[in-house]
Amino acid sequence: MNAPYDQNPDNPLPQLDGHSSTGRLERVLRAGQFVVTAELAPPDSALAADVYERARLFDGYVDGMNATDGSGAHCHMSSVAMCALLTNVGYSPVLQISCRDKNRIAIQGDVLGAAAMGVSNVLCLSGDGVQVGDHPEAKPVFDLDSMSLLETIRIMRDESRFLSGRPITSPPQMFLGAAENPSAPPIDFRPYRLAKKIAAGAQFIQTQYIYDIEQFRDFMAAARDLGLLEQCFILPGVGPLASARTALWIRNNVPGIHIPDAVIKRLEGAEQPKLEGRKICVELIQQIREIEGVSGVHIMAYRQEEAVGEIVRQSGVLAGRTPWYPGCEVQTGVA
Amino acid sequence: MYIIRKWSVTHSRKLEALYRNFEPALMRLHPLFKALGYGRLETPVRVIEKAVKSLMFDCQMCGKCALGSTGMSCPMNCPKSIRNGPCGGVRLDGHCEVKPEMRCVWVEAWRGSQQMRDSQAIRQVQIPVDNLLKGSSSWLREVREQQAAQETEASQ
Repeated sequence: MNAPYDQNPDNPLPQLDGHSSTGRLERVLRAGQFVVTAELAPPDSALAADVYERARLFDGYVDGMNATDGSGAHCHMSSVAMCALLTNVGYSPVLQISCRDKNRIAIQGDVLGAAAMGVSNVLCLSGDGVQVGDHPEAKPVFDLDSMSLLETIRIMRDESRFLSGRPITSPPQMFLGAAENPSAPPIDFRPYRLAKKIAAGAQFIQTQYIYDIEQFRDFMAAARDLGLLEQCFILPGVGPLASARTALWIRNNVPGIHIPDAVIKRLEGAEQPKLEGRKICVELIQQIREIEGVSGVHIMAYRQEEAVGEIVRQSGVLAGRTPWYPGCEVQTGVA
Repeated sequence: MYIIRKWSVTHSRKLEALYRNFEPALMRLHPLFKALGYGRLETPVRVIEKAVKSLMFDCQMCGKCALGSTGMSCPMNCPKSIRNGPCGGVRLDGHCEVKPEMRCVWVEAWRGSQQMRDSQAIRQVQIPVDNLLKGSSSWLREVREQQAAQETEASQ
């Protein structure tokens, strides 16, 4: 049965030489374009239309969208299901897998299932602790960690076997991603941790929110000195802050997000803090773009998803390029 | 105990030296262990190992000891059981996201590892923990595995 779409899981793009996946995200990155990815908030509903409605906000502005997996340890529609819906109409989603909720048996099954549904990218995460979520009484699983999860999927893909050694007849062709947080202690260890993730299989990195450019520059310089920049694509995380109050709340309550005082002062002094927050985000993207080894940005516009398009447009990073979206005119070359 | 655990990390280099002497001593006992039978020894050795390592490191007896590559900070005390370095949620003061009263196990591991002779070991990727080994003696396994490796090498 053919799905009525020009891109469907049964009819993927051909896999190019040296590529791990057939996906568009890997193609655009390897072609050396400045890439934009965005975080797609999963709905608290059982409605496919809700997923499509949210995805459409990013049409023409992003090369990939991350379907979060119970982010903040809150319950939402699953990442696998969102990705399946998105690939069905040709989008290039990034499957997120958090080690918090599933053991190695469930995870490996999900990877095969997702690949069968046309998902080409996976971001391997340890996951937030259950205590921050809406089910703090839940049992945390953490059978694997982000590093051994990367290794697991790499083994499945490259050695066509499960962790147990049992063969996989058709391996999942996945482009492997991992997260990094250059702002969290122990700061000196972070570049080495990045090296470990690359050794474990990471091909692209999406970072936690970057608000402290100087600190991020130091991290990238250390990564360069370790020879890591040629080994993976780095997409720093950015996002607009709605107000000084929100920024302070995030800084005090969301572990791992470092927001310098200067950013908070700027928001405090602004007449329209929301617009100022978006302006700061645009400026951050422009500064980040200039840093050696950066391949794109990952925009996490929590509760401001409608602003993503405008932020990308104002930043000018796409340089006239329009990423593929369902219904767009197919471009030649990298689309 | 938390205070002793922190002490162990502070003295990681001394403990590393101690274990470097302890391991060959264990290895020399292999013929005796073999004669007595590893199976029979499992319980008494496990009891001793657990007593010592619980006191020193808050050891969880995962059965696959990684202390040598984690700066003498036991990774199984991480609420997310992460065996490969700190998560992204470490607080700015170096404390744990899940247990704010506790210093991050991996901030401690980094501190301990950088004092050790083998300060590079922390950079190696650890494979997923084998849950079947939980509760068993890591010392005996180490002797058995190293002995087996030596024997294979000798036979080649």
